[in-house]
Amino acid sequence: MKSIESDPVDHFAASDSGAHEVHISIHPRSVKGRFRQLKNTILIFAYLVYFLLPWVPWERTIGPDQAVLWDLVGRKFYLFALIIHPKEIFWLAGILMIAALLLFFVTGIAGRIFCGYFCFQTLWTDVFVWIERLVQGERPARIRLDKQPWNVEKIRKKSLTHFFWLLFAFITGLTFTLYWGYAPELVRAFFLGSAAAPMYITTLIITATTYTMAGFAREQTCTHMCPYSRFQSAMFDRDTKLVAYDQNRGEGKQGRGKVTREFKTREKRQAAGIGDCIDCGYCVQVCPTGIDIRDGLQASCIHCALCIDACNNIMDKMEWTRGLIRYSSEQEEVGKKARILKPKTFGYGLALLLSLTILIWSVEHKAELDTAISQIRQPLYVRLSDGSIQNSYEIKLTNYTQTEQPLTLGIDGLENAAMDIGKIQSISLRPEQQLRLLIKVKQKTMQHNQKVSDFEFIVQPKDKDLDEKRIKARFYTP
Amino acid sequence: MNKADPSKKSAVQTTGHAWDGDIQEYNNPVPRWWIWTFYATVVFCIVYWILFPAWPVGKSYTKGLFNTITFENNKGEKVTTHWNTRSRLINDMQSGKEALKQKEYLDQIAATPIEEIITDPEKMAFVRSMSKVLFADNCAACHGSGASGVIGLYPNLVDDAWLWGGKIDEISASIRKGHKGYMPAFAETFTDTQLNAVTEYVVSLSGDTEGDAAKVADGKQLFQGQAGGCHYCHTQDGTGLKSQGAANLTDQIWTVANVSDAHSHEARLNVVKKVINKGVQREMPAWEGRLSDTEIKLLTAYIYQLGGGQ
Repeated sequence: MKSIESDPVDHFAASDSGAHEVHISIHPRSVKGRFRQLKNTILIFAYLVYFLLPWVPWERTIGPDQAVLWDLVGRKFYLFALIIHPKEIFWLAGILMIAALLLFFVTGIAGRIFCGYFCFQTLWTDVFVWIERLVQGERPARIRLDKQPWNVEKIRKKSLTHFFWLLFAFITGLTFTLYWGYAPELVRAFFLGSAAAPMYITTLIITATTYTMAGFAREQTCTHMCPYSRFQSAMFDRDTKLVAYDQNRGEGKQGRGKVTREFKTREKRQAAGIGDCIDCGYCVQVCPTGIDIRDGLQASCIHCALCIDACNNIMDKMEWTRGLIRYSSEQEEVGKKARILKPKTFGYGLALLLSLTILIWSVEHKAELDTAISQIRQPLYVRLSDGSIQNSYEIKLTNYTQTEQPLTLGIDGLENAAMDIGKIQSISLRPEQQLRLLIKVKQKTMQHNQKVSDFEFIVQPKDKDLDEKRIKARFYTP
Repeated sequence: MNKADPSKKSAVQTTGHAWDGDIQEYNNPVPRWWIWTFYATVVFCIVYWILFPAWPVGKSYTKGLFNTITFENNKGEKVTTHWNTRSRLINDMQSGKEALKQKEYLDQIAATPIEEIITDPEKMAFVRSMSKVLFADNCAACHGSGASGVIGLYPNLVDDAWLWGGKIDEISASIRKGHKGYMPAFAETFTDTQLNAVTEYVVSLSGDTEGDAAKVADGKQLFQGQAGGCHYCHTQDGTGLKSQGAANLTDQIWTVANVSDAHSHEARLNVVKKVINKGVQREMPAWEGRLSDTEIKLLTAYIYQLGGGQ
């Protein structure tokens, strides 16, 4: 707690303030504690996933040996054992819905957990601030450096910071592109200058946006760009656990007060009606969005809980009980118990469970062999020399399995009719192969007035694990 | 802490001008990011002027530097020109990614005997998708986009009647050389009685039993004898000579007289009579020279599959 009290003012003198608000840089102080530890763990885990996932190998008979690969050109998404085709794009809608519901579910219970712990803006800003601290030092040093005139030290420290920022942003951007192709080849091609233009452009864009967002925009992204902070309050209720300052304990009857010689012990302070908040400002200094949690719930608060760590450290030092700033709900503030099992939790939980079940069911039951039939309508029918009537169809067969699939075609439910696929001897589909075939169906003239008859095509895979497919079709006669 | 001090708002400078004594103008410059974006667009323009055709100069124009396009003209010569969208399109059609991919398939088709192509489902899928376009561009004007023709004018290629033969080489020859289909008009050869008799016989050939037996017998004699001479092209049995493109009169398909849509014996006689009276004159142009060998091969396989071939 050495220099916290003697904190220099964190402002630039705004000399040319126009009609728009001038941004004031925030230099968050580092803090140790339970929530910082948790955030670090999540950060390391998230980065391990993001940076290493493109390098995880996965053996496939067909397709790249990479566990996760979004192959836009090949129109296939590889996700471990799962291969996703364009027809399954609605899964993406499902995943987005689940993500949204999960967000609502968690936010209803414990506030902006996503913002504070998982959002990439928070994660990358954290790392950028960490780089800044390694190069320039702790908060007071950084503020001093900003204020001091340009000299060798400032140039050296600033350029070093920006160098590491750019380097990290570049690795972030490059990694992003590795999800869209075979990573080892892409990296080699990238540095040999032989990669496709989109790779360079994407890397450049992600590098630039990471550098700007995590280096400069930081909390402004959360307060001005992100829509989530604006509708979060709609999801909070009186039972939602939020990072909150205990107003009663902190302010007492006479308000907060610094530790002075006469008001040092808790007993003396309480006797004088002074609250437990010693107004050290540590909670404000550690805040990445630069707010004062003691002002109450506000839109800028991303609920990262670092002020809890800060305050707990102070309380420990004072040897007072922790929790002057803590996760608590409005209900708890007035002495009631917060409910977790409330209608909102059940509602979102149920919707979440339902969406998850549907998605998992859909993935489990994805079609291995896709068939579609379309009638050739020009001409709808034709009379043959022996007087029989012929209709033509185009069948589209797609093999989504990873093995070769021989199959036979047939028809069912049409009297006196035969199927003709010309001189084609046998049909066999390689993995991922799609085939369109012309099928002609001939029917000897019947003594009936029925102009349209329903029947079915049968696609029978030789593979016993695959089900026979029946496709409805119609036969037209004059 | 990141809130601006409201008291600073009054610090905005004015431009120093005053109109009508007291009207002044705040000096609020556009944001820096906007200015820099604007400068960037200016730089972009200058680079664009250098690289691409841009400025008119007298009767010509600046052609752009380091930005040429090479393509093959229709004489097979390599031409290099300055950048322009038309040449870019030609270049793309010749050596673009998709064009090269298509060429791979076309080379395969060119190298495979057609008898083998029609047994291969994969090659036939390519034949169908490529030929659909070729057919629409070259053949559909007469035969219709579905190849079902126009009765009396253009043969139906989807049914299994082959006027000029349905074997692969026969279909290929038909496309290459074209055809002139001809049947003389019999209006001046036959008397009314003879015409009626021949018509009755022709209609009876494909199973119509409503005709008068005596007339049919007379008609048969005219048909098979010197007086009518129909058998020269349609053969004694009425099955038609392929070399002449003469129709088979014994099957259920009518290519010129629309018998299938005539619902009474009388109506059937009328449509057939009209054809015998007026004769038939049809022509299909030769496509050799207009279409490449591979294109003719593709169309042959396509039409062979449509009609089932022979």
